[in-house]
Amino acid sequence: MTQPAVSKKSLNVFHAINVIGPFFGLLLVLGLFSLNSEVRPYLFTGGNLKIILLQTVIVAIGAMGMTMIIVSGGIDLSVGSVVALTSVVGATLLVKGCSTGVTIVLTVLAGGLIGLLNGLVIAGFGMTPFIVTLGMMGVVRGAAKWLAGNQTVNTPAGAPLDHLMARVSPTELFPLPPGVWIAAGLAVIVAVVMRQTVFGRYLFAIGSNEATARLCGIRVRLQKILTYALAGLLFGVAGLMQVSRLTQGDPTVAIGLELDIIAAVVIGGASLNGGTGSVLGSMIGALIMAVLRNGSNQMGWQNYTQEIIIGIVIIIAVGLDQLRQSRMRR
Amino acid sequence: MTAVQKSFGATHALKNVSLEVAQGEVHVLIGENGAGKSTLMKILSGACHPDAGTVELDGRPFVPGDPLHARRSGIAMIYQELTLAPYLSVEENILLGEEPARFGWINRSRRRELAHQALAELHHENIPLDAHVRSRTLAEQQIVEIARALIREPKVLIMDEPTSSLTQVDTRNLFAVIGRLRQRGVSIIYISHLLEECGQIGDRYTVLRDGESVAAGDMASADLRQIIRCMVGREISEIYPRTPHALGEPVLEVRALEGRPKPKSATFTLRAGEILGIAGLVGAGRTETLRSCFGLDRIEGGAVLVQSKEATYRTPAQRLAGGMGLLSENRKEEGLMISRSLADNLTITRYAPLSSCGFIRRGRQRRAAQEWMDRLAVRARHPEQMVGELSGGNQQKIALGRLLHHQASVFLLDEPTRGIDVGSKAQIYKLIGELAGQGKSILFVSSYLPELLGICDTIGVMCRGVLSEVRPADEWTEHMIIAAAIGQTGAATA
Repeated sequence: MTQPAVSKKSLNVFHAINVIGPFFGLLLVLGLFSLNSEVRPYLFTGGNLKIILLQTVIVAIGAMGMTMIIVSGGIDLSVGSVVALTSVVGATLLVKGCSTGVTIVLTVLAGGLIGLLNGLVIAGFGMTPFIVTLGMMGVVRGAAKWLAGNQTVNTPAGAPLDHLMARVSPTELFPLPPGVWIAAGLAVIVAVVMRQTVFGRYLFAIGSNEATARLCGIRVRLQKILTYALAGLLFGVAGLMQVSRLTQGDPTVAIGLELDIIAAVVIGGASLNGGTGSVLGSMIGALIMAVLRNGSNQMGWQNYTQEIIIGIVIIIAVGLDQLRQSRMRR
Repeated sequence: MTAVQKSFGATHALKNVSLEVAQGEVHVLIGENGAGKSTLMKILSGACHPDAGTVELDGRPFVPGDPLHARRSGIAMIYQELTLAPYLSVEENILLGEEPARFGWINRSRRRELAHQALAELHHENIPLDAHVRSRTLAEQQIVEIARALIREPKVLIMDEPTSSLTQVDTRNLFAVIGRLRQRGVSIIYISHLLEECGQIGDRYTVLRDGESVAAGDMASADLRQIIRCMVGREISEIYPRTPHALGEPVLEVRALEGRPKPKSATFTLRAGEILGIAGLVGAGRTETLRSCFGLDRIEGGAVLVQSKEATYRTPAQRLAGGMGLLSENRKEEGLMISRSLADNLTITRYAPLSSCGFIRRGRQRRAAQEWMDRLAVRARHPEQMVGELSGGNQQKIALGRLLHHQASVFLLDEPTRGIDVGSKAQIYKLIGELAGQGKSILFVSSYLPELLGICDTIGVMCRGVLSEVRPADEWTEHMIIAAAIGQTGAATA
């Protein structure tokens, strides 16, 4: 009931931490790696920064869609499979001789279609997103393998799509691959949609209290279907990036990608309970994940060490989220 | 127990409060929202620590380090929101944390016995011990909560707004229970906004205002008007203001409305400029009637006519578009987005005037929100503040403000004054009167009879899903409404 003035102030401080937290985390990770005198000179070279950005693109684009879903109180575990399927779809279309434009449109639409299916089942039957997308994860992965005949589909040599993620002049930061610019542009668009449009504000409303949203005349079901479908389109774009990066469609790629993406979103300040989160935060979260991988490689750490470290970072990030929430509740 | 005394300095919440409770008395703690009642009780129950001042229990200094310590020392608290585990049985809930056990093995028959004993003491053996708590009514859940407190044989029992979700009949039962506890020598600190019931149940009272205890005395010799003046710091001349308003054309007609499982049958006509009150017990189907009108619950039979036209599809979105607005009885779980800002909560149903080309202008939104906050006298720092930080009364003003911003013409208000302080209540009554004066229509559901009789033009009573004939308010008395609410129709005509 009565909040002493002191606790209101500390709440503001917490809001501030909420916003700058991810940035601070990124600086912290970079700072820790640069403590090592062998890693430091290489870590900040243009060529390495370019690698980090390239490694971020797929997780970042996925994280945009995931941010929309998580803010609205849902979750999507099928991202990794969707990226694999759309990469197969893209590569197959190119092999069949479709033009680049047609390939891009159809690949992105394939992602949107899976998202639409997720949304229809979740909203239509009122099912838990976790379960529905867990099932969809298997369905889509299987479909990808089936479509690809259980092997990788190589894109025709010199396909224009390969330029998206190509590493031209590998020792310099610029020119950045088009994929990085596309990701940055999409991030701005999604961020504006979430912050400034009615659709975006409704996402926050549904995530923070679905009952209130219904009371306020928000068509919750429709909104959810749209959310998953839109996110699916973004996952399709991520799939395109995947084709470009490997110059092939691989039905077994991106296993566990969904966890990286969810981790990026949560590190970026979103709550898995819905209602909070930002695209900017999620992008920083995606960068943190990439820097962690990149830095660990240069430290010469084994794969298992990386896995342990990244796991711990996720737990710490979620722990901070809970701490923040318990403060807010008080 | 001789005395519990406390005084504090320095903090904003409590400046200087003294409170003395004798053994076996019901001590009523009165004050507006934000006066410091909850903070004071939090200190007593160990949830937070005083900066200065002393607390004594049984004449010895008592500094509860944490809630567990306070509980072991004999202080039990029943919070405004019930704290039961919904999926555990009544029996399990009563003995939660105090299970009779040996080496971690629960003695079930002993537990059953203790739980039965606790309920029997409250004269509520009728509550089945095996039932899930969530399947019981709110009033029964409250009894379970009290039984749980009794198991620990408290010396002091703190009750924070125990009747805010109870009907008058249930309240009377609760008062009987409190009377029995008093006879057993338990001291009760009773917090409530309803002065009438404070006068009924209290032995002595203390009034808090802005973190200070401003008055105390015997309830028997107290003057309610005097207490209100102490509480608010000013005179509230008229709690139920009468704004003259004329009744116009029918705007909402409900014919034999049926839903599953409730209402069974509801028929009424709401005209422009009318305040129509619906009385009844909790669970009688009043909330469901509103929800069905608003399109939140499915309609199984009957008809709802808006502006004399029957809509084929009924969804909340269409109802809102037609100028209807619903205020939920459950502020925290349905009415508001607790973790979102005031501005978002106020403007969510009508973004159109705040946006251009589909993009919401944050500045315009903030200004619109600030305007409503000023008009409704909301005590808050900033439109971007989280709704959850506000007191109950101010939260309710925000929920009402949303309907105003929406420019609704038909207001469905479900318990709009539940759990809020007298000052905010008076403002809300005034607002409702003004709305009616402007030709808006209000459907007003309440369990608090004085306010229904005070502000409504017409009143209907709901009993077990059936709405009585709606009659002018001056044809009803409190006695008749209660009789109709518990189904004694014969007495209703008396």
